[in-house]
Amino acid sequence: MTGSIHSIETFGTVDGPGVRFVVFFQGCPLRCLYCHNPDTWSSAAGHPVTAMEIIARLTRNQAFYRSGGLTASGGEPMLQLPFLTELFTLAKQRGIHTCLDTSGILFDDRPEQLAQTDRLLAVTDLVMLDIKHTGEEAHRKLTGSGNRNILAFARYLDTQKIPVWIRHVVVPGITYDKSPLTALGTFLGTLSNVEKLEVLPYHTLGKAKYDNLNLKYALQDTPQLTDREAADAEQIILKAWKENA
Amino acid sequence: MEYNRRKPAVWANAPGLPFFLCRSPERKETSDCEMKEEHTMQEKSNHTKQDTAQHTALTGPWRNFTAGAWQREINVRDFIQKNYTPYDGNEDFLAGPTEDTTALWKQVLELSKQEREAGGVLSMDTKIISTITSHGPGYLDREREKIVGFQTDRPFKRSLQPCGGIRMAMKACEDNGYEVDPEVVEYFTTHRKTHNAGVFDAYTPEMRACRSSHIITGLPDAYGRGRIIGDYRRPALYGVNRLIADKEEQLNSTRTIMYSDVIREREELSEQIRALKMLRKLAEIYGCDISEPASNIREAVQAVYFAYLAAVKEQNGAAMSLGRTSTFLDIYAERDLREGTFTESEIQEIIDQFVMKLRCVKFARTPDYNQIFAGDPTWVTESIAGIGVDGRHMVTKMSYRYLHTLNNIGAAPEPNMTVLWSEKLPGHFRQFCAATSIRHSAIQYENDDIMRVVHGDDYGIACCVSSMRIGKEMQFFGARANLAKCLLYAINGGVDEITGAQVGPKYRPITAAYLDYEEVWEKYKDMMKWLASVYVNALNIIHYMHDKYCYEKIQMALHDKQVKRWFATGIAGMSVVADSLSAIRYAKVKPIRDENGIAVDFEVEGDFPKFGNDDDRVDEIAKEVLHTFISYIKGNHTYRGGVQTTSILTITSNVSYGKNTGATPDGRKRGEAFAPGANPMHGRDSHGAIASLASVAKLPFMDAQDGISNTFTIVPEALGKDRAERERNLASLLDGYILAGGHHLNVNVLNTDTLLDAQKHPEQYPQLTIRVSGYAVNFIKLTKEQQDEVIARTFHTHIRKGAAEHDGKHPFD
Repeated sequence: MTGSIHSIETFGTVDGPGVRFVVFFQGCPLRCLYCHNPDTWSSAAGHPVTAMEIIARLTRNQAFYRSGGLTASGGEPMLQLPFLTELFTLAKQRGIHTCLDTSGILFDDRPEQLAQTDRLLAVTDLVMLDIKHTGEEAHRKLTGSGNRNILAFARYLDTQKIPVWIRHVVVPGITYDKSPLTALGTFLGTLSNVEKLEVLPYHTLGKAKYDNLNLKYALQDTPQLTDREAADAEQIILKAWKENA
Repeated sequence: MEYNRRKPAVWANAPGLPFFLCRSPERKETSDCEMKEEHTMQEKSNHTKQDTAQHTALTGPWRNFTAGAWQREINVRDFIQKNYTPYDGNEDFLAGPTEDTTALWKQVLELSKQEREAGGVLSMDTKIISTITSHGPGYLDREREKIVGFQTDRPFKRSLQPCGGIRMAMKACEDNGYEVDPEVVEYFTTHRKTHNAGVFDAYTPEMRACRSSHIITGLPDAYGRGRIIGDYRRPALYGVNRLIADKEEQLNSTRTIMYSDVIREREELSEQIRALKMLRKLAEIYGCDISEPASNIREAVQAVYFAYLAAVKEQNGAAMSLGRTSTFLDIYAERDLREGTFTESEIQEIIDQFVMKLRCVKFARTPDYNQIFAGDPTWVTESIAGIGVDGRHMVTKMSYRYLHTLNNIGAAPEPNMTVLWSEKLPGHFRQFCAATSIRHSAIQYENDDIMRVVHGDDYGIACCVSSMRIGKEMQFFGARANLAKCLLYAINGGVDEITGAQVGPKYRPITAAYLDYEEVWEKYKDMMKWLASVYVNALNIIHYMHDKYCYEKIQMALHDKQVKRWFATGIAGMSVVADSLSAIRYAKVKPIRDENGIAVDFEVEGDFPKFGNDDDRVDEIAKEVLHTFISYIKGNHTYRGGVQTTSILTITSNVSYGKNTGATPDGRKRGEAFAPGANPMHGRDSHGAIASLASVAKLPFMDAQDGISNTFTIVPEALGKDRAERERNLASLLDGYILAGGHHLNVNVLNTDTLLDAQKHPEQYPQLTIRVSGYAVNFIKLTKEQQDEVIARTFHTHIRKGAAEHDGKHPFD
């Protein structure tokens, strides 16, 4: 099967455990204001690549990935669910650890769609779920869509006992605020499958891409979050998490 | 028997007294001497009743060692294998620097500062010709030094070594504001010939032309050839007397019909015996006695150091490597720890101070030389760890102690710490190496799994990447063939693209409007064949003359009688050539010719696969070029039956090679630097670190057995989020590279910002060390040009979740 791929990174060290082969999928339904990969948004762009081609690329250097594995990122990998499932299936057949980096926005619990998701989860070792905001309206403002599916996906992963790492980007003036951080912690307290929380401080490295794509960068005046602020934010989330676990 | 550990390092201190009166009273009082006699007695009986030795508990300096063949014959490997203790634990046992160590290192830093301010050289000897025993003792602070000895009678004073070439010695002095004593000049120009003079007597006009056009660069025709590692452990284990006896036996057992090779052998053995006697005397100058085996760790380290010191006093070799001493020395340290003679802190102090001495090794060299070999390197390479032939790893506590010197006295380029890597090394040690690399960027890694097959488990690295059995193999090395320029010669019919001179053979040039791959490849092969022949023959002359006028007598005295000689050539411009040929094959390349029809520039239409992206289309070209060239090298006769090898290693001279090479078909402009070693060209490896490493790892070691150098630079954040992750990921990366068949990897973990700041404020970064090719340099000692090139290299920086900025190409292109 052929997928639409933006690019690959052969030495991924921050997208899951160990050294990882990261495949950036093309196309995303969200339009997060702080997105640093706006070049992966459009489904019209991208390069056709077969799952087998990707696996061949990875396995020829498999020695490098013994502590890590394959990560599907993007873009939104679940936008190409059948292709993604085939890719992970091929990986699992070869004993490669699979990690899905997703927003969960496309989760759909209607039976037919759910069966498809189950097929993917059967070959997924770890989900890195990006929860951008727990408030429905705030989420819509930040990403262009509500977060109902995302939270539902988080709960579904819990029922399926799929290990999850939660990622959360903290943006000054948007999510760097006690109340949404506490709300996130409280929500995490209801889950039992979360292995790790990664607080990602907002950075401005993506700005240049917006200029190249002639897109307006909405957070023009937003400063980067300092490491110190990120640590504070993490403490707030963890505190609420513990109190509600 | 109590060895008095509290005394200063010098075992006697009576300057001015004849050496035989310099024994310290404390030492006489100990029973050491008697034990040595006992040992000598036992030695004698060993010779007659060899088998019983196996069952007799050893006494004297060899007490508590496990017996073996090493007693009967000079066989350090056997001693190590029978006696070393593999260490699987972590670094928690390590001790910090002592007050004495810190005080001495402060002194060294101050001297380094003065040296820098004086323009690179603090003091030079202009009169006394350096020999093993030419100078009286030199000290930093005698009361504090646990390990003693300098090349001259003062630290940082460079010795005068004219046997390689008097003009080079004179120029080194002149350029630094000194003048060689006229009598010495007279002597070495009129009465005593040098290596350099001999070489130029024999060079052909063609060789001279290749030298001046830089198609063959860095011929060691004016300095010591280096890349010979004496087995500096032998004096510690056996004592010099035994080594002399062994050499005398060799001299007495040569063939008896005086063919020229037998005559040479007899003369060389006599030279070696003389050198060993001088080594014994060198120790005496410092009030030490190394005629008998060392009886504890301090004596062992001191004996190893004296042997090494003798070598650097005698030879201004390009690379004066140390060998593989750590596991050997650990055997003494373990025994002392068991016997309670020395504490961990005292052992670390000895090692710290030994390493400090190695960092102070200096040679008188010209600024020109330093432009090629950036940063005044000496390549005191020490090979650490590795796996034994019997499957046990060879990591000992001493492996940790050596690396720990980087923590105790800070980073430095020397000694050139080389870890012989294998995935079978114990986990704690791998993690410690990764942590040390991340902290200091001062370690290089080489693939033990592929070298062990060729050299066993007692080999060491000479220079950067050249592997050889210690005391059993040596190397004739020299220069590098500029294969990028050679490609231009193929296109231009042997005419140099910069000078317009006919340097290569007058083959028919390519005249087509666009370059055709088949035509270029055929002509390139012809030109490589010619180049290989000139190159090997120039080296033949050099090594003949070096043996004749500048023989390494102490280093060869620390070898077996029968040595295997590697004949090592080198290649520069590998990735430029691969990309150029790929451009010719997969894009359209139009030569721009000047009024004489010489292609001086190229227009590339379309895109083409580039080396460093794990793309077989171009990686196969690189392999083919390498294989073809080494085959031509092998087709030539070599001096003394040397076995031909090659390396892909350029040191920082990739800057000067580039400078002297015209524009190339890959789009590289005239004068632009080459990538170092086998590295992909700067910025062209766009698929992340592993794709880049995978391309280089494809080059087969057996075609470049003298080493394939790859320099890897990454910002710390790109290795992972926290310390533990970074260490784990770096270790994984090394495993991957080694398992993929990669040979050598320099690891730099640093930010461009740090380098830019160091460029502006060198005084704040006196110890900033970076790996450049097969060695490390002090960044602030590089020229501005070299610094800029280092900064321009690919820094692997993909930080955080983020797709790479992509130029819209297919992800696998």
